[in-house]
Amino acid sequence: MAYDKFQILKSTAVPLQIENVDTDQIIPARFLKATERKGFGDNLFRDWRYNSDDSVKKDFVLNNTNFKGKILVGGKNFGSGSSREHAAWAIYDYGFRCVVSSFFADIFRNNCLNIGVLPVQVSPDFLSKLFQEINQNPNSEIKVDLPNQSISILNIDLVESFEINNYKKQNMLNGFDDIDYLINIKSEIEDFAKKSII
Amino acid sequence: MKKTLFDKVWDSHVVHKINNGPDVLFIDRHMVHEVTSPVAFLGLKKRKIKVLYPERTFATADHNTPTLNQHLPVKDKLSANQLKALENNSREHGISFWGLGHEKNGIVHVVGPEYGITLPGATIVCGDSHTSTHGAFGAIAFGIGTSEVEMVLSTQCIMQQKPKSMRINVTGELDKGVTPKDVALYIISKLSTSGATGYFVEYAGNVFNQMSMEGRMTVCNLSIEMGARGGMIAPDQKTFDYVKGREFAPVGADWESVIEFWKNLPSDKGAIFDKEFHFDGKDIEPMITFGTNPGMGMSILKDIPKYNSKTGQEETYKKSLDYMAYKEGETMIGKQIDFVFLGSCTNGRIEDFRAFSEIVKGKKKAKNVVAWLVPGSHKVEKAIKDEGILKILNDAGFELREPGCSACLAMNDDKVPPGKYAVSTSNRNFEGRQGPGSRTLLASPIVAAAAAITGKVTDPRTLF
Repeated sequence: MAYDKFQILKSTAVPLQIENVDTDQIIPARFLKATERKGFGDNLFRDWRYNSDDSVKKDFVLNNTNFKGKILVGGKNFGSGSSREHAAWAIYDYGFRCVVSSFFADIFRNNCLNIGVLPVQVSPDFLSKLFQEINQNPNSEIKVDLPNQSISILNIDLVESFEINNYKKQNMLNGFDDIDYLINIKSEIEDFAKKSII
Repeated sequence: MKKTLFDKVWDSHVVHKINNGPDVLFIDRHMVHEVTSPVAFLGLKKRKIKVLYPERTFATADHNTPTLNQHLPVKDKLSANQLKALENNSREHGISFWGLGHEKNGIVHVVGPEYGITLPGATIVCGDSHTSTHGAFGAIAFGIGTSEVEMVLSTQCIMQQKPKSMRINVTGELDKGVTPKDVALYIISKLSTSGATGYFVEYAGNVFNQMSMEGRMTVCNLSIEMGARGGMIAPDQKTFDYVKGREFAPVGADWESVIEFWKNLPSDKGAIFDKEFHFDGKDIEPMITFGTNPGMGMSILKDIPKYNSKTGQEETYKKSLDYMAYKEGETMIGKQIDFVFLGSCTNGRIEDFRAFSEIVKGKKKAKNVVAWLVPGSHKVEKAIKDEGILKILNDAGFELREPGCSACLAMNDDKVPPGKYAVSTSNRNFEGRQGPGSRTLLASPIVAAAAAITGKVTDPRTLF
C-alpha cells in the first residue's frame, strides 16, 4: 500500500556504531508472531535495549536520552541476515524514516524502500565523520535531501551525494507503490504466463 | 553474447523493463509460510484483489510450529493465530496448504524440492532468506520481504534490479570428513558475511559436480550468509534424475520440452562474471564458528584468530567474542558444549541424518548434552524410520522430534537457554538466534554428532 512521501528530512540522528547489525538484533524472531503490522517498534533491538527481566540496559544508545531523531546511523553491513520485513517495520514504527550506513544488505535495503524508509549509503569516510559529529554534538542536524540525492552534516558543512535508482526515487518522492504499477501491466503479465513452460 | 546460467534464467523471465529502474520478473513458483505472509494477505484484502495464479503458490507451516505433540492444539496463542491465518488465507485463495499434521508438511525449503515444486530454470521466491536453497537445481531462487510477497501473490511478478554475477570455483578432492557444510562455511569465512552482497553466485568445479543434490542444497542455502541474493549450480543428469517423477514436476510432452530448455542452461564457455574466486578443496577441513556471524568460522583444529583490521571494526570483533565468552588465541577443540541441534533447511535432510547416525552408531550420547534432532519434513522423518536410522539413534540415546524450523530461529519452544553453548547444523550464529543469550557454534552434521557423543568440540575424524 502507498506509504508516506519522502522529500527532505532534517533531523538529529541516533548513532549505532556497530558493524554487521543483523535483522535478528533489529527484531528477534520471537516477536514475529503478529498477523498485523502493528507495534513492532516496541521490540526494536529488544535484546540490546532490555535485560531478560525487562529492565533497561542503560548503556545502549536507544536508551541514551541525549540521542534522538528520525535518522538511524549504523555501521557497515547493516541489515544482514533474515529477509523479515518486520525489521524495517520496527525501524519505521519506532520513528525512524532514514537509515544511514556505509553498506547495506540487499534484502533489507529493498524492504526499506518498499515501506518508505530511505536507506542512504555513504562512504566509510563520511560515515566515520558522521559518527564523530553526532557523538560530539548530539543536537547536530543532518539533512537528507532526496530530490538532490545528498546528505549533509549541517554543522560542519559536509555534503555527500548518494545513489538511488530513479524508479525507486520517484516512488519514495510521490508515495507510489510497486503493486499499482504491476497491476497496470497485468495484460502483459498474463500474456507472459500463457507462454511459460514451467 | 556469451551468457551465464544466471543470465539465461533471468532473461527468460523478464516481462517488462523499466528505464533506469528494476526489471519486472515473472515468478514461476512462490512458497509461503505463516510468519512473513499474513500482512501480505491483509494487503490483498485492503486492495480487494485475489491471488492471480494460486496454482503457482504453495503454503506450508514451519517457522512457528512445535516439534513435539503436533497432534495437539498449539499452546502458544500467538503462534496458533498465525498458523490459523495461513490456513484461512490459503483456503480463501485456493492455495495448496500443508499445515501441521499434513503428510507433506515440513520446512519450506525441504518440501519444495521433495515434491518437484523446485525445478531447474525456474524463478522461485519465498519470504525467507534461505530460499537460495533451491538454486541447487539451477533455479534463480531468493528471499523476499512481505511487501514483495504481496506483489507476487497479486501479480506473480516482482521488481528487481539485476544483480552482478560471481562465480566461485572449488576444485580438487575433499578430505574424508569434509562435508558440503564445511565447503560453504569455508567460502563464507574467506569472503565474509558481506563479500557477495549485490551478487548472484554460481558455484562451479568438480567439488560441486560430485555433490549429491542434498549437498548442493546445503551450499546454495548458505549463499545468503555471505550477502549474496542467491546461489546456483548448473543442472546436470543428477538434477534431472532427482526431479523426474516427483508429484509437481512436469510429465510427458511437458517434460520433453522443459528438458530441452534445462540442458541449455549451463553457462556458456567463456561467459564473463563480474567477480570470480578459486579455492582448492584440499585446503578445506571440518569447520566450526567461534563468533556471532557465519563469517567467523575456521578449521576446527585452529585457534581463535587475533583481531586484525581485515575483519572490520575492533569493537565489533571484541563484542562478538565477549558474547561467546571466548578469547583470542584459544583452541576450539575440547570446548564444553550443552546442546546439539541437528536440523533446519541447511542440514535437515535425509543425508544429514545418515551422516549423523554413522558417527553415533554403537556409541552413547554424552550425559551433559541435550540433543534436538529435528527432521526437515515428514518425508525425511519417514525415511529416517524406514532406513533403520531411528533405531541407531535411539540405541545411542537420542530421540527424534517432529519436523519444523525449530531451534534454528527458536520461534517455538526449542530455545537454547542463556549462556549455554549449542553445536548447530543450522545457518546463523547471531546473538540470541537460538534463544535470548544462547551461544551457537555452526558446524556440519558429523561435527554435531561428534559433539553430542563427547560433550565437547571434537574433530569427527577421530571417531571414524
